[in-house]
Amino acid sequence: MNNKLIAAGFGGQGMMLLGQLIAYAGMLEGKHVTWLPSYGPEMRGGTANCTVIVSDKPIGAPVVAMPTEIIAMNIPSMLKFTPTLVEKGKLFLNSSMIDREPGRTDIEVMRVPANEIADELGNLKVANIVMLGAYIKKTGILSQNSIKSALEHKLVGKKKELLELDIKAFEKGTTLV
Amino acid sequence: MNAKVVMKRPKSLSQTDFTYCPGCHHGIVHRIIAEIIDELGIREKTVIVAPVGCSVFAYTFFEIDGTVASHGRAPAVATGMKRSRPDRIIFTYQGDGDLAAIGTTEIVHAANRGENITVIFINNAVYGMTGGQMAPTTLIGQRTTTTIHGRDPKAAGYPIRICEMLSQLEGPTYIERVAVDTPQHVIKTKKAIKKAFENQINGLGFSLVEVLSTCPTNWGIPPVESIKWLQENMMKFYPLGIYKDRTEERVREGIV
Amino acid sequence: MAEKVLVKGNEALGEAAIRGGCRYYFGYPITPQSELTEYMSRRLPEVGGVFLQAESEVSVVNMLYGASCVGVRVMTSTSSPGFSLMQEGVSYMAGAELPAVFINVVRGGPGLGDIQPAQGDYLQATKGGGHGDYRLIVLGPSTIQEAIELVMLAFDLADKYRTPVEVLADGMIGQMMEPVEFPEMRSLNTLPEKPWSLTGAKGRKPNKITSFDLDPYKLEEMNLRYEATRKRIIANEQRWEERNVKGADILVAAYGTVGRIMKTVMELAKEEGINVGLFRPITLWPFPYERLEELSKKVNTVLTVEMSGGQMLEDVKLAVKDNAATPFYGRMGGVVPTPEEILEQIEKIIKGSESA
Ligand SMILES: Cc1ncc(C[n+]2csc(CCOP(=O)(O)OP(=O)(O)O)c2C)c(N)n1
Ligand code: SF4
Repeated sequence: MNNKLIAAGFGGQGMMLLGQLIAYAGMLEGKHVTWLPSYGPEMRGGTANCTVIVSDKPIGAPVVAMPTEIIAMNIPSMLKFTPTLVEKGKLFLNSSMIDREPGRTDIEVMRVPANEIADELGNLKVANIVMLGAYIKKTGILSQNSIKSALEHKLVGKKKELLELDIKAFEKGTTLV
Repeated sequence: MNAKVVMKRPKSLSQTDFTYCPGCHHGIVHRIIAEIIDELGIREKTVIVAPVGCSVFAYTFFEIDGTVASHGRAPAVATGMKRSRPDRIIFTYQGDGDLAAIGTTEIVHAANRGENITVIFINNAVYGMTGGQMAPTTLIGQRTTTTIHGRDPKAAGYPIRICEMLSQLEGPTYIERVAVDTPQHVIKTKKAIKKAFENQINGLGFSLVEVLSTCPTNWGIPPVESIKWLQENMMKFYPLGIYKDRTEERVREGIV
Repeated sequence: MAEKVLVKGNEALGEAAIRGGCRYYFGYPITPQSELTEYMSRRLPEVGGVFLQAESEVSVVNMLYGASCVGVRVMTSTSSPGFSLMQEGVSYMAGAELPAVFINVVRGGPGLGDIQPAQGDYLQATKGGGHGDYRLIVLGPSTIQEAIELVMLAFDLADKYRTPVEVLADGMIGQMMEPVEFPEMRSLNTLPEKPWSLTGAKGRKPNKITSFDLDPYKLEEMNLRYEATRKRIIANEQRWEERNVKGADILVAAYGTVGRIMKTVMELAKEEGINVGLFRPITLWPFPYERLEELSKKVNTVLTVEMSGGQMLEDVKLAVKDNAATPFYGRMGGVVPTPEEILEQIEKIIKGSESA
């Protein structure tokens, strides 16, 4: 296994957290993982992305030119990263915010109405976790339980109130693909 | 000001879009400066020295010549410019980390020499660019990413009042603290900054205008509440007003 | 060793310093290392340490000078422009033989540059940086785990040789996360004694610390002492990693982030039937010249890859001499080369030498 994911969206759409949850869950399962963010002031309101690698072998380059999967939460992210996806790669689109075609036919596209579902669940903020559910279900790279443990680990203090909702959002996400 | 005038883009602003966050006061102050440069008819001889900070791109936002100084050194760069070309209008635009921390030496000595330059000082009580660390102007008890339990004067000292401090020097001609939280204050700010430029044009020496500003992003407060926070907290510690005005005196002394 | 934790490089660097017995941190925020400053502001008070955000890097380095004079383990972290600003003080510390650890999370330059990972500060780090005859011990980690080990080592080397030590990281190591294991917290009782430090002349002759002597013969004597220390360091402290060097079609010299990217390149190359060897200096000063010289005798080409315009390349050439060709591939300005583009360079070189 050597999954290379780029997760991208507006700053505030929770892509950094999504990436960290995958990395953490991967670590729990004894995989080699790296998480690399885009960083700097340009991220205010702009696009934010991170690269996550989950692998059976030690990871050399944490930079990825050709990801095996992409999560795009908005149109600019889709446009920026879709051309880099490997052939037959998986593209997860937040269809609540993306009404355009990705413009490639040699890839597999999953449309997940993450915002709508998060809204239905009562908090737009968990749209990233809905997406995470879809990603984990579709790729099967990690067990759902590891992700739940990662959520428990990450959501501490004040954020703990969100845990139940996040688990719900995650489970809902797994039913969408 | 009538609505029509306000809507028009000042000639001295470039077409480049601002990179500031929603509710940030940097943009308002830029606009005011650009209007003044237009009104004074000095666009073609004015040079901006931008700082390192969120306003690092300020040199691109104005349709005038400009550069970026290294962090804190804008007053020294401006000194070099003004001494070499006294007929040009030189202004620095600096944040509180830039001016009141790493650049204290440069600002104190430029002020003390009475350099004939204009300094616009943006005090938002935090380091914006690097992600919200404590600034020298951070208020007691204010939480930042390097004072997560609030600024404790025992460990981190007290907020620095730059206008008060610099006004102790003999050198400066004019020092005022303003804000842009209300339309009335915007008008006052414009008056102050205009005077700071006119002083330079008239060869009257060092002028500094401090503008109390918001940083909604790093304060973690939405834009509208940020203004309230500024009014209720910053203005108490940093009272608005003129701290030094030797303009008349300098005219009489005939420093030109 | 404890369990694995997933940490950001910057925070790991800070925790490693604390575990290595450092309780004093002076710093000034700068991207891409600000999380390290922020981490120390939170963490040091928990372990009875001192954190101070200074007004500038000029002050920071002088605070380090002071703290080191009184005998404590002290550090700072910064990024390229900040370290440039510290150079005067670093030179003073080298002259005064004061141990301290500087972590430079390098970003794109020159000037204000940008905030992306780069390796353009290699020459500044390894050739002196400030004025006068001195060198810093320079350690170049390529993973977060290694960064933890090297930060802890840095404090030991600094104390052992009474010299400032620089950990030359970059924005990638600072910003990325990967699982690591932290060594146990070092007990402060086990730190070396510093009888030379300025703790008050109680029951002994006063200690003096200075980099200054107006008499050139005396100053030369001091310089000879620094030189003797450098020789001891060169003799004892060279560190490097070599991989797959036996029978390699080509040897690549790379350090830090590029060093780890090379491991992916090597795998990709294997699939193409190319045998790539890696020589990764860990001490950038002292540079492992002799070992690279030996290895270079067995290959036609030693390719240097850096995130710079060719800085370590100068040391590689000094080592390789005429034993092999020494081409270079680099990206600048904060651009991180992908494994694929490095492989392409290697393929080109191999094809070129086959047709020649
Ligand atoms: C020598 C040096 N040290 C540190 C930095 C990093 N740095 C960039 S901007 C900044 C502070 C900005 O804060 P402020 O001046 O208050 O301006 P603001 O961003 O809030 O407008 C710092 C520390 C740098 N560029 N150069
Ligand atoms: S971080 Fe603060 S100072 Fe910087 S642009 Fe945003 S609101 Fe303005």
